Amino acid sequence: MHSARKQKLYIVLSIVLGAAVAVGLLVVAFNEGLNVFFTPTEITEGKVQPNQNIRIGGMVKEGSLVREGLEGTRIEFVTTDYNADIPVVYEGVLPDLFREGQGVVAEGFVDENGVFQARQIMAKHDENYMSAEVKAALEAAEKRKAAGGISQ
Amino acid sequence: MIPELGHFALILALCLASLQAVFPMVGAHSGNTLWMQLCRPLSAGVWVFMLLAFGCLAYSFLHDDFSVAYVARNSNTLLPVYYKFAAVWGAHEGSLLLWVLILATWGYAVSILSRDLPLDILARVMSVMALITVGFLIFMLGTSNPFERMLLNTPAEGADLNPLLQDFGLTVHPPMLYMGYVGFSVAFSFAIAALLTGRLDAAWARWTRPWTNAAWAFLTVGIALGSWWAYYELGWGGWWFWDPVENVSFMPWLVGTALIHSLAVTEKRGVFKSWTVLLAIAAFSLSLLGAFIVRSGVITSVHAFAVDPERGMVLLTLLLLIIGGSLFLYALRAPVVKGTATYGGYSRELFLLFNNIILVVSTATILLGTLFPLIHEAIYGEANKVSVGPPYFNTLFVPLMAVMAFFLGVSTFSRWKRTSLQHLWQNLGKLLTASVVLGIVIPLLVTAHFNPSAMLAMALALWIALGVVADIWQKTANKASRVDGLRSLSLSYYGMQLAHLGVAVLILGVCLTSHYSIEEDRRLAPNESLTIGDYEFVFKGVEERRGPNYIADSATIDVLKDGEFYLTMHPEKRRYLARGDVQTEADIQVGFFRDLFTALGDPRGEGAWVVRIHVKPFVFWIWLGAFLMAAGGITAILDRRYRTKRVRDEAAVPAVGLKTALE
Amino acid sequence: MSNRSKLFIPAAFFLVMLGLLFYGLGRDPSHVPSALVNRPLPEFSKPALFDENQNISSDQLRDGIFIVNVWATWCPPCHVEHPYLLEISKREKDVNFVGVNYKDDVKAAREFLEQRGNPFKFNLVDLDGRLGIDLGVAGAPETFIVDATGTIRYRHVGVIDNKVWAETFEPILAQIR
Repeated sequence: MHSARKQKLYIVLSIVLGAAVAVGLLVVAFNEGLNVFFTPTEITEGKVQPNQNIRIGGMVKEGSLVREGLEGTRIEFVTTDYNADIPVVYEGVLPDLFREGQGVVAEGFVDENGVFQARQIMAKHDENYMSAEVKAALEAAEKRKAAGGISQ
Repeated sequence: MIPELGHFALILALCLASLQAVFPMVGAHSGNTLWMQLCRPLSAGVWVFMLLAFGCLAYSFLHDDFSVAYVARNSNTLLPVYYKFAAVWGAHEGSLLLWVLILATWGYAVSILSRDLPLDILARVMSVMALITVGFLIFMLGTSNPFERMLLNTPAEGADLNPLLQDFGLTVHPPMLYMGYVGFSVAFSFAIAALLTGRLDAAWARWTRPWTNAAWAFLTVGIALGSWWAYYELGWGGWWFWDPVENVSFMPWLVGTALIHSLAVTEKRGVFKSWTVLLAIAAFSLSLLGAFIVRSGVITSVHAFAVDPERGMVLLTLLLLIIGGSLFLYALRAPVVKGTATYGGYSRELFLLFNNIILVVSTATILLGTLFPLIHEAIYGEANKVSVGPPYFNTLFVPLMAVMAFFLGVSTFSRWKRTSLQHLWQNLGKLLTASVVLGIVIPLLVTAHFNPSAMLAMALALWIALGVVADIWQKTANKASRVDGLRSLSLSYYGMQLAHLGVAVLILGVCLTSHYSIEEDRRLAPNESLTIGDYEFVFKGVEERRGPNYIADSATIDVLKDGEFYLTMHPEKRRYLARGDVQTEADIQVGFFRDLFTALGDPRGEGAWVVRIHVKPFVFWIWLGAFLMAAGGITAILDRRYRTKRVRDEAAVPAVGLKTALE
Repeated sequence: MSNRSKLFIPAAFFLVMLGLLFYGLGRDPSHVPSALVNRPLPEFSKPALFDENQNISSDQLRDGIFIVNVWATWCPPCHVEHPYLLEISKREKDVNFVGVNYKDDVKAAREFLEQRGNPFKFNLVDLDGRLGIDLGVAGAPETFIVDATGTIRYRHVGVIDNKVWAETFEPILAQIR
């Protein structure tokens, strides 16, 4: 009986300890791994702190992509929800699905000059559908426009 | 005609599966032997008709029958024959057909390979599997019929297979993955049968183990192939992205790993019984959840199939019936199968319990991370989107795995029932010192750089690997010769050690690649070069090249090693003609100790391009480790123990004679 | 908590998750109704597909029921849908089909219609996707029903086939005829 009780104690102890560590790690993990999604409109409205780690989603504005004449691997383009535009700077290789006039999601932060410094670019679309995130951004902008139209 | 035949075969398979779901089960309850025996011919029938349906769809693809809507959407006359065949499972409908075919195959395999299983248990197991088949066949025929025709106006040309899928790795990846996912349905069905009968003993665990091992081994290979594909086909040089679709394949694997270990305890010691049953249910449930997430578009991901809420609704209903039903049954019947034996401190049981807890906690954190965007939206409204990135998963998963690797080494030397601390320390003290010292010294000597995480990984990998060797050494010590000793060990023991060695190799691969890879994205003009370590990459320029169904910008990069010509690499950017999709084809020179990885980015004018060049040490070990783990799972299945009855009946004496003859 | 009821935890956990997934399905983007339904068709003036010098404007889409189909040659589902549109447009004489060629290669689009048949009475080009945005289009194919007063009555996302037409479009058309 003694050993069974002792064993139970060990199990309980290990579970408690495990849970404590897990909760601690969870908090840290969520702090680091969670990216809140913003639209260009929300960024121009100042909802985002400079240097805060976020995701931005919108369309790549037609004719805005610059890749020649820049230093190194730097590229620049403008992402838009057709209500507000945010310039984006990125260093590296663009994904295959990246195209002007298509949806894009970028991860990074807005610098002091209001330029989005992208750490990673994700172009997630297929022929039929664009990313739900981009779509939500565009819809939000559309709604805003419609609301604005009524109040004027 | 052929597509109609295929459609008809599906309907017949549904009819037979329905019979199989009802009669053997009812027979098992009422003691009707004839009805129970029906399960064998019926499962053979379901399998034959599923195979026929699959053959019909394959035929339509190979003959470019674009009157079949699914073929028109996913094939093209220009597509190479091999990919025409692989395109059968290239999208939702066909992959679902493959899914059900594999389910029927597992069912048929159980019915012919389980001769020594009591008939009433076999009948119940087969009925449960048939029930799952019925559910998925109804789903397929109702919402995703792959044989649907467009007779009105047959397109002259198909829309082509998604170029990402035009690749060997990805054509083999889904069948392997499904073999794993669906294979867990066997353990699941055994668990349901155990709950229904209340009989859960060592024999039950012995029947279930080989099936679970097989499914797990397939899933291991499937996930490894997927990761390999991502590595060389996505053009990023990464091999794991914590993408929702990867996560949903990883969760059943983790729970399946827990299940394998828990089954071992149940077989040897008769404890963890209801826990084992729960794990068996969970492993298959998570496979189904994966199917749902990939096919319903609930969570956005690069690999997800087209969004279709109607399908999602039907799948969700299936999930409710299968998982909800089984968990409810578990809640009602679990007390009946509870274990009675006890075990003491530091026993192997306890360490395996740790293993199980860690695996389940890992699964839970991944599940939370995968579903969190959905939870967040449900609480804060649809406009508030968040995503959970790799840092979340790495922060939680890496420490958990480190703890598990440590316990893995300890548990190898622990004994069933009770192990004294003294015994453990005797065995482990030297090993621990050796692995810690070597773990610190080796990286320091090779790189002349102090990197604590790489050292920890090295120490843990050595800890496991040295433990494996030391254990085999000990177990062979008391025999006449070492060779005799090696021969006396069972295949399931070798399987276990092989798989554990695979874990050590995998840890090394993952950690060394993550810490010592050198990755450069560089803009290179013709004849410009980039030096990484011993290698100099000289960019020669880009030329246009025509493939069978694409046009490629093909780069030439000469690689020099220590100043001497080593090899030439040709990374490409392909534009597929039918869809206009662009696809980066990385060129990788695979090596045992390091991979050279080159991929082509965008043109930057005047012949200059952005080029991605990586030197990745030990990346090959990731897949080597996974392969060793799968091989371990298969080796364990071959153990004589699982065929004891037949061996005893047929060949007990000749086997001894043969052994003597060999010596 | 008794030992017995503890056994229901997995089932309860699963049901909560199922609820979440159910919510996730309901939130699916293709089921979000367009903000434009029951609003007038946005005004536009776009070049005709077969004659760039000629413009087609929203004023021309009056007096009658219009089915505005947003399509492109780069979109495989549009290829799937095309034969159905051909057949339906031949059958439904009182409905005018309008094709909006969306962000496409104009030459490829012309060839497509010339080779496979043209179901559309009006063909216009939306090269920059402006009209698509005004319509709230997320991708292709999408189809709008516009009634005789110029009001959008329905937005359909995805392929139209005979089933969709009979089950979704016909009831709405019957209402507005």
